[in-house]
Amino acid sequence: MGTGEKLYLYPVWLRIWHGINALCIIALIISGISLHYSGRTFFLLDFQSAITVHNIAGFVLSISYFLFFFGNLFTKNGKYYRVKIKGLDKRLLKQINYYVFGMFKGEESPFPVSEKRKFNPLQKYAYIFIMYVFMPLLIITGFALFFPEIIIEQIFQISGIMFTAVLHGIIGFFVFVFLLVHLYVASMGKSPGENYKSIITGWHS
Amino acid sequence: MRGFIFVLLLFNIVFFSGTNKLKGQIPEQNQTCLKCHTSQTFTLYNDWTEREEKRLMNPLYILDTLQLAMGVHSSFNCIDCHSMDYETYPHNGELKLEPMMTCIDCHGGDETYASWKFDEIQEEFHKSVHYELYGDQFSCSKCHSQHYYRPVATVSSSLQEIVRADNSMCLSCHDNMARYQLVSDTANLQVVQIHEWLPNQELHFNRVRCIECHTEVQDSLLVSHNIMRKEEATRNCVECHSENSMLQASLYRYQNLQARTDQNGFLAALSAGNSDLSDEYYVIGASRIPYLNLIYAIIFFATLGGIAIHTIFRILKK
Repeated sequence: MGTGEKLYLYPVWLRIWHGINALCIIALIISGISLHYSGRTFFLLDFQSAITVHNIAGFVLSISYFLFFFGNLFTKNGKYYRVKIKGLDKRLLKQINYYVFGMFKGEESPFPVSEKRKFNPLQKYAYIFIMYVFMPLLIITGFALFFPEIIIEQIFQISGIMFTAVLHGIIGFFVFVFLLVHLYVASMGKSPGENYKSIITGWHS
Repeated sequence: MRGFIFVLLLFNIVFFSGTNKLKGQIPEQNQTCLKCHTSQTFTLYNDWTEREEKRLMNPLYILDTLQLAMGVHSSFNCIDCHSMDYETYPHNGELKLEPMMTCIDCHGGDETYASWKFDEIQEEFHKSVHYELYGDQFSCSKCHSQHYYRPVATVSSSLQEIVRADNSMCLSCHDNMARYQLVSDTANLQVVQIHEWLPNQELHFNRVRCIECHTEVQDSLLVSHNIMRKEEATRNCVECHSENSMLQASLYRYQNLQARTDQNGFLAALSAGNSDLSDEYYVIGASRIPYLNLIYAIIFFATLGGIAIHTIFRILKK
């Protein structure tokens, strides 16, 4: 699908999902922090607004997750998320080595983007982990906290709601950290703004 | 067969010795009263018809002996509070009009009960909407049953039991038309509709007491008795849902709960700064785990630091 050096990597459905997902995640992070540290004046949202924003964004994110899930299941985009265990440690170390040393020595990326390989190994497994482990856990725990009556009363002498909420908070925090890293790593394209443009236009150069 | 008899005897000892023990807590003198007042029916001699008649007991006058035996007044004689004339049977109908003993008659101004602060409670109660609207007609017994009262909040180590016992006092009128109309002519109670603004209403009703929002926290009293008008009740979520949660000074204040949390609380060990908040409940914004917050802070700043250092190197090596 390439035209010259350009590759069409991000189909419309994926870009729509990515946009919705990004907006929801940002809304959830801001409202989530506002709820966790409620009562402190320096946070953006008051408690009731934070509850409303968190609930709405959570529902939209959950629905959009299914768009991603089924999109990957039924389109060729799913091939970029296939796990290959053999030689994984070497590939990951190679990519880390590039980010830490190689790129500053002017070395070429060990896993350049191509039609067959959209993500480098670090990217790929970070996305797999976030999208297929953390996101489902976040959605399930979030759904449980929205309907707390379905949560088990006690788990090893700890309130089931407490357990679920703490788990939800920890995973949410790691998604926040992932977002920071994701946004930074995205600036490592040909030019700092190149990858941001790609996810809007669909074309990678 | 011998084995069966042995088991039967054992069963008898275990269960009936317990019953006797329970029965023993109620004074023997009360058994005459309880003979009728625990029964669905009573028998009296009707002077008009000149025969014995069996009648149905008014359900309001039937006592639950189990609850009675567990109550704080279980060792009292009935006539400690009720008129001595009730010892005559059939009772004189006019006795119903005789003013009942009130709690303060025994508990007020007495050093024995000083720690319960009955006089301060009465002062607070006199400021409440209940007293404001209904005066002396609104007696302590409207909420606290003299027969069955147990200080659940100070003895129970279950938060849920404390909440249930407390809210059942409010709901005994506010969710019971017959009792509510003893003091009000309002035809529709609408407890659920009035609280529709409250997110997760059912959860709030089950997990916190009505008085959390409907009273002001009193430092000197374990339970504030100044029940405010509904317009004055707090609607500010952050009063509970924040680091300095009001619940720490009210619901989570009981030492019995704190002791339980200190001993058994898994997360209490982690939540050193908020040990007043029980593991049993999670309160958004109030249940903080300081060590976890510290770990969050370390990871967050390490990430930002890593990004900053990497950016600097990218700029320098460009």
